[in-house]
Amino acid sequence: MEPDVLLSVRDLRIAFDGVEAVRGVSFDVRPREVLAVVGESGAGKSLTARALLGMVPAGATTGGTIRPDLSDRRGRRIALVPQDALSALSPVHPVGDQLAAAVRSVARVSRKEARARAVAALERVGIPDAARKARAYPHEYSGGMRQRAVIAMATVNEPDIVVADEPTTALDEEHRDQVLRVLGERREAVGAALVLVTHDMDVVREHADRMLVMYAGRLTELGPADEVLARPRAPYTAGLLASLPEHAPRRRRLPALPGTPPAPGALPPGCAFAPRCSLAADACHATEPEPQQVAGRLVACHRWADTPDLLQEAYRASS
Amino acid sequence: MPLLDVRDLVVRYGTVTAVDRVSFSLEAGETLALNGPSGCGKSSTALAVLQLRRPDGGEVHFEGQELTSLTDRELRPLRPRMQPVFQDPYGSLNPRHRIRDAVAEPLRVQGRRPTPGEVAELLDRVGLDPSYGDRRPHELSGGQCQRAGIARALASGPRLLVLDEPVSALDPSVRAGVLNLLADLQDDLGLGYLFICHDRAVVRHFADRVVEMREGRVISGWRRP
Repeated sequence: MEPDVLLSVRDLRIAFDGVEAVRGVSFDVRPREVLAVVGESGAGKSLTARALLGMVPAGATTGGTIRPDLSDRRGRRIALVPQDALSALSPVHPVGDQLAAAVRSVARVSRKEARARAVAALERVGIPDAARKARAYPHEYSGGMRQRAVIAMATVNEPDIVVADEPTTALDEEHRDQVLRVLGERREAVGAALVLVTHDMDVVREHADRMLVMYAGRLTELGPADEVLARPRAPYTAGLLASLPEHAPRRRRLPALPGTPPAPGALPPGCAFAPRCSLAADACHATEPEPQQVAGRLVACHRWADTPDLLQEAYRASS
Repeated sequence: MPLLDVRDLVVRYGTVTAVDRVSFSLEAGETLALNGPSGCGKSSTALAVLQLRRPDGGEVHFEGQELTSLTDRELRPLRPRMQPVFQDPYGSLNPRHRIRDAVAEPLRVQGRRPTPGEVAELLDRVGLDPSYGDRRPHELSGGQCQRAGIARALASGPRLLVLDEPVSALDPSVRAGVLNLLADLQDDLGLGYLFICHDRAVVRHFADRVVEMREGRVISGWRRP
């Protein structure tokens, strides 16, 4: 029988010099799901995602629990696709050798078998003429091919969970969909999950099952991606989605959120979003809201019931 | 007469042809977006239009004047009228200079001594409180820094801004504000924008004309009816 949770995160906290950058985040990763983690710079989304692998930066103190602890099964049960493809590959070894070494680090197989798995992994991510390309060095790959080679590296040992930290920022749209298809096939085949850190709402719309919206180190909203996108309940989610140009008619002013996200250590009292929020009331400036069950999702907002349907308004104005 | 008319532009790096006979034109008050994946030649096109990298072929007509045949000295008086804005808002401002000096720099290059009032007006124009003039780039957010970069580009009174991925490094909620600012400036000042951008949603929202590039060539184009 399949467990209904692959990984369970409870009250995750990550601090640097006593300043918390992730401030008590709880969520599950379920089998066969693509969980998108979205938010702006400094929201703590990359830190949270990397904590799943036990990869927190040196000097950070962590609190809370992540069960099961997969940090010593990294590369086998759980794997990371980092943002920077160039730094993820050794410049002095052929790509195929690096992949084969990754295979042999976790599986007792012959060199020939490891080699075959390496080439197959490159083929899966759409590297043309993979057998020949396996002998080439990273600098002989184009930027997009290098990113795909890193994804081949992460999936070569067929992990249960792939954590992809902004895997598409360096990719153009054509390659983006191919790469996400490859990551998605893994879950069809073996029930693997994909945790996808991204700020690209097109990617969320097309590929995510659930989305976790973070702001200033906290969970703001967590629920089915299509429902959150269609009708966000947290004012921050609503403001973020409404500010995207895809919703706005041509050259009409975009509804920009005032101000900028707060820096860790310079948080306002109460809800961290309150100074930028048009709905903020006294309670919002006094106490930080806890996530609560609302309309089939989690929302951390005192004023969720009054969140306007900004997207609806934008569409109405355009029609 | 178009503000900018580019004909059969060619840029080569060694044996690689980065820009291969690219042509387009842009009217004042209009935005033309160059769209395409990384490596398609859009940034090389921008540098060649500005004559920051002299093209290997073709012509660039700006306000009716052909630029490729001009010497650097002949170009100098035209440069204030065509200004770049770059992607990385921090990298494009000298970290040791105060914002006020960075914004005033294009005027000093022209041999003018800008008054504090002029600089304050430029900052105000881009939605920055004049007190930001005393700060250095690292004391500003990414969006504020990009606004300062736009203020500097406006200082010399340009007719054309060449914007190379001006909002790509910004968070979505901040990006919307900068796009609004660019739209307002264009409406107020009648600027022409050559807008290099890989994000199709931004292009669809913002551009009047789009030129799609792949591997150095124009593969398609459209114009808003």
